[in-house]
Amino acid sequence: MPETPARPWGRWLVIGIPLVWLSLFFLLPFGIVLKISLSEAAVAIPPVQPWFGVEGQWLSATFEHFRLLVSDTLYLSAYLSSLRIATVSTVLCLLVGFPLALGLARAAPRWQGILLLLVIIPSWTSLLIRVYAWMGILGNTGVINNMLLALGLIDQPLVMLRTDFAVYVGIVYAYLPFMVLPLYATLVRIDPALLEAAADLGATAPTVFLRVVLPLATGGIIAGSMLVFIPAIGEFVIPELLGGADTLMIGRVLWQEFFNNRAWPLAAAVAVVLLAVLLAPLWLFHHQQSRSLELER
Amino acid sequence: MSLRVAMIVVFVFLYAPMLLLVIYSFNESRLVTVWAGFSTRWYGELFRDRQMMSALWVSLRVAFMAATTAVVLGTLAAVALTRLGPFRGRNALGVLVTAPLVIPEVITGLSLLLLFVAMGQLIGWPAERGMVTVWIAHVTFATAFVTVVVAARLARFESALYEAALDLGATPFRAFVQVVLPVIAPALLAGWLLAFTLSLDDLVIASFTTGPGATTLPMVVFSSVRLGVSPKVNALATLLIAFVVLAALASWWLMQRRSAYRDT
Repeated sequence: MPETPARPWGRWLVIGIPLVWLSLFFLLPFGIVLKISLSEAAVAIPPVQPWFGVEGQWLSATFEHFRLLVSDTLYLSAYLSSLRIATVSTVLCLLVGFPLALGLARAAPRWQGILLLLVIIPSWTSLLIRVYAWMGILGNTGVINNMLLALGLIDQPLVMLRTDFAVYVGIVYAYLPFMVLPLYATLVRIDPALLEAAADLGATAPTVFLRVVLPLATGGIIAGSMLVFIPAIGEFVIPELLGGADTLMIGRVLWQEFFNNRAWPLAAAVAVVLLAVLLAPLWLFHHQQSRSLELER
Repeated sequence: MSLRVAMIVVFVFLYAPMLLLVIYSFNESRLVTVWAGFSTRWYGELFRDRQMMSALWVSLRVAFMAATTAVVLGTLAAVALTRLGPFRGRNALGVLVTAPLVIPEVITGLSLLLLFVAMGQLIGWPAERGMVTVWIAHVTFATAFVTVVVAARLARFESALYEAALDLGATPFRAFVQVVLPVIAPALLAGWLLAFTLSLDDLVIASFTTGPGATTLPMVVFSSVRLGVSPKVNALATLLIAFVVLAALASWWLMQRRSAYRDT
């Protein structure tokens, strides 16, 4: 629908208002994070050197925080273990989510609406509450251990809460809808005639799946994986509530540096490096999003 | 057939934890996982908990304001992205709108806090952080979600209707308000509800951007849950789940009626 050019100011308001808001409150803050990450820490409120130094010069950059990130192995291993946990969780989400998405796409049309709603409902309830639910299930006196003890299958409770295992369960549980929805959206568009044609030409079921379904679902796989992987890397609530003291994740480190140690410049440096790590997946996600928008039109 | 079994297993995985929360919220015992008889005492304790109730009030007000603002901004952004054709900065707007969907919350929270501190030093506003700063933060990330929901609806909108209104002499603004808005209203409502729940649920961004006197509900829940399971939180969770399920069923029922109406 081409807008009439009669009132260009209306057009510019429609574009300008969200653009200005997001530039001011989303883009500009990243610049400030970069600036603070290069600032000296100070014993003051707020705990950084003021925006304008005493001499009126404000470009007194220091790289000490970045140097610390490289030299102290705590940070490197936190980044690596975040990457590992996010990767494993994404793969698990894909393995659990794909059959569900495929089942949804093949269900009778009149059932699809309600089934889709059943997938979405959990993501409308609080993430905090859903993660908390697993504390009561996985704990030493939790539901699973109580049941196994009562059945006499184990003598001592299995330690599940406060381990990496609990973190995986939590991430898969919390992010599953974000994996299933884009998968479903691509799978439902696959023309069943294609699958029949492949079968008629002699392809076995696994071959049809690998050579026809999977390639056509690539867009959904990428979108869903990025929707899980990128936020999971910086996840704080799940490792804090379900992980052990030794479950290192970078979101947790950032939180602790900021709130417990009041090391604002160091926390900012952690954020800058995390953002740099995420640039490639972010680009992939954005690319995929704009492609799917193009396709819809 | 095996696909159906897999679906059932996954749905059990999705709903069993929430069902357990609901069951144990009616447990008499303080020990959450030991059943000691039916009781509603934790609901009473929840409503008598001053701290939780005042945090709930703060959260509801912030969520209402944030969702309303985000619907306005998100709708403008969705119109700009789907209906205005190419313009300079379209790509930039697209990136700015989709990035908050996935950027880890710790980054968004920290960067907004540092912005508020820098603004306070430079122009004296905001002098201190509180509900207003949390509102701005929530609008910023909720706008992205609203934009996606509304853009999906706008992409399917019959532009002939809008053009007919223009041909009949309506201004673009009037044509939008009287022709387009009524059609996309369900998407706006869905976007508003999504923004509202996102704001109500947010712990991380609120923790960074809030100040004295503006403690939100998730912050109170988090500090209590950190120490272990608590029956009061189970009661709160049950009320929340009941609310969400009712809202979801209502919206599903509305959609069913609409499509039945369309088919006849």
